[in-house]
Amino acid sequence: MYEHLETAENRDSLRRVVVDPVSRVEGHGKVTLLLDANNKVQQARLHIVEFRGFERFIQGRPYWELPVLVQRLCGICPVSHHLAAAKAIDQLVGIDPENLPVSADKLRRLLHFGQVLQSHALSFFHLSSPDLLFGFESDISKRSVIAVLAEYPEIGLQGVKLRKYGQEVIRMVSGKRIHGTGAIAGGMNKSLTKAERDYLLEDIDQMIIWAVGSVALIKKVHCSNLPYYDDFATIRTNYLSLTKPDGALELYHGGIRVKNEHGETIMDQVDYCKYNDYIHEEVRSWTYMKFPYLLSLGQEQGWYRVGPLARVNNCDYIDTPLAEAARVEFKAHSGEAMVHSTLAYHWTRLIEVLHCAESIKELLNDPDIMGHDLVAQGEKRYEGVGVIEAPRGTLFHHYQVDENDIVTKANLIVSTTSNNMAMNESVRQVAAEYLSGRELTEPLLNNLEVAIRAYDPCLSCATHAVGKMPLQLELVDAEGKLIDKLIKHSDGQIERDNNV
Amino acid sequence: MANKIRVATTSLAGCFGCHMSFLDIDERMLQLVEVVEFDRSPLTDIEHCTNCDIGLIEGGVCNSENVHVLREFRNNCKILVAVGACAINGGLPAMRNHIPLEECLNEAYINGIGVENPQIPNDPELPLLLDKVRPIHEVVKIDYYLPGCPPSADVFWKFLTDLIEGREPSLPYELVHYD
Ligand code: SF4
Repeated sequence: MYEHLETAENRDSLRRVVVDPVSRVEGHGKVTLLLDANNKVQQARLHIVEFRGFERFIQGRPYWELPVLVQRLCGICPVSHHLAAAKAIDQLVGIDPENLPVSADKLRRLLHFGQVLQSHALSFFHLSSPDLLFGFESDISKRSVIAVLAEYPEIGLQGVKLRKYGQEVIRMVSGKRIHGTGAIAGGMNKSLTKAERDYLLEDIDQMIIWAVGSVALIKKVHCSNLPYYDDFATIRTNYLSLTKPDGALELYHGGIRVKNEHGETIMDQVDYCKYNDYIHEEVRSWTYMKFPYLLSLGQEQGWYRVGPLARVNNCDYIDTPLAEAARVEFKAHSGEAMVHSTLAYHWTRLIEVLHCAESIKELLNDPDIMGHDLVAQGEKRYEGVGVIEAPRGTLFHHYQVDENDIVTKANLIVSTTSNNMAMNESVRQVAAEYLSGRELTEPLLNNLEVAIRAYDPCLSCATHAVGKMPLQLELVDAEGKLIDKLIKHSDGQIERDNNV
Repeated sequence: MANKIRVATTSLAGCFGCHMSFLDIDERMLQLVEVVEFDRSPLTDIEHCTNCDIGLIEGGVCNSENVHVLREFRNNCKILVAVGACAINGGLPAMRNHIPLEECLNEAYINGIGVENPQIPNDPELPLLLDKVRPIHEVVKIDYYLPGCPPSADVFWKFLTDLIEGREPSLPYELVHYD
């Protein structure tokens, strides 16, 4: 497709353009383009520029600290890291998922649905809705959730309250909205009281109604620009996700399923503990984020996408009625076995918001979440693998410990890392199809960021750091001389630096 | 608009959790934007902070880029605030400080499970890592510290409303916590 744009041959003769940083995403990333004399893009890369080193520095810690340590990889999806680590350390105390006490299993699921709900609401309403409501190349003053709150107060406020509700579910289960405690090896440390349950039940019907409204909104936005939304940043890929044994959409626990671009199943119900037999990660010199791929298909063909689009594409059905109806409508809009539109990530994200809201209601009405049999224990083991569907996709945690319960080895494949090749490919697609040959302006460059935002990348997970840098666009000639410089000011004005 | 208090926020070597906790003021955000205007922040596309009243910094300093951003904030914010454990003392990322940086890189890119094409990323596009993760007060002067990992939404609310209404900020005992 666009792989030829990863590395240009005659790099020394090309002009370099930088978008630094990618904004309204979580984490440090930048895009570099190399252009020829006719402004044709010859190379485009998304670089992840920060490094943390978690895999090394958690070695030497006792395993029971892991769920609270590793959640500090990411304040947006801490619960996913918390639970993936918990699933791994369950195994260290000899507990496989089917042996977890029923109440603990349901409480973890409730916690996780709260997490996915709030993270997806944040991604859609707080980060991406300005692009989708005002247009990809709209004025900078429009490109924030504050503008959405001012001009579409109802939509903006629903987003704030949906996120709040997810955070409240997390707080009730784990004690704090961010970086709470809850899961421990072999179970959970508390159940819900009746008062906590009743508090959450108060608003859940309203949340379901708003979630239905959000799906209708994104469907309208998508379908009223159909050819554009189906083409922009779109790439045809494999998809990887967990599914339930019967093929239903699953967020907490299941087997690995992979489908190819035609919808043919390549792997199904594979035991994730053996992930290393199927998935390896390639290192490239120009980014701190690795490139995972399926060994059976090789480095060239074996990369895949994860996250809401992968899950909704891969599953046979969703086990809550309103979300299932939304899924059926979604699949019907394209007429293909798999939906490849990158912007459809938003649509599927909101279908999952609805699924989470429905599932939370079901669990709140289940007396098991108030049960007191919360922890199980078995034979000690020395290795554990925990895999979960985080908001952004399949998340792998893998630990080894010694006889003193000290961590000796750790490996994490975070969701955003699995989308690394796809994000790069989407950036290259937009660079080639929408930017190549044109004079680059700030709004035009936002297109690259719109493509990246669709994946809702959590670069802080992927690199274990976050932040943001000023946006400056520099054109440098083959000798490294600065020949043009655009600066974006705080009021959104774009200035050309005439001293250059 | 002109009289609004200008607030800029950024995240350096943090996890974004402090920003999430700020967003946890929920619908109070509507009240806040009546009197506050957001300058550079992960919520806006404004990329440089200029002439701000309050700057909120999440995260410590782990590479040359962080230092650069932190200095920009100090130069452009009248009041600079260290938000959360990472900004105040390096926090969890500073756990790497007792391990040589090279070992951390080796673990991720050379000796890791399932690593192919092992090499340490080393492109001019990647900023230089510092040998240790530093608290931000080692680099610039800090005016206030908000403890917690993260500080709760009520801490943000109390602190900002105190400042906005011209009081010396103070946190009641029950809002001060370190986890
Ligand atoms: S203090 Fe805690 S919540 Fe804030 S950035 Fe650091 S780890 Fe995240």
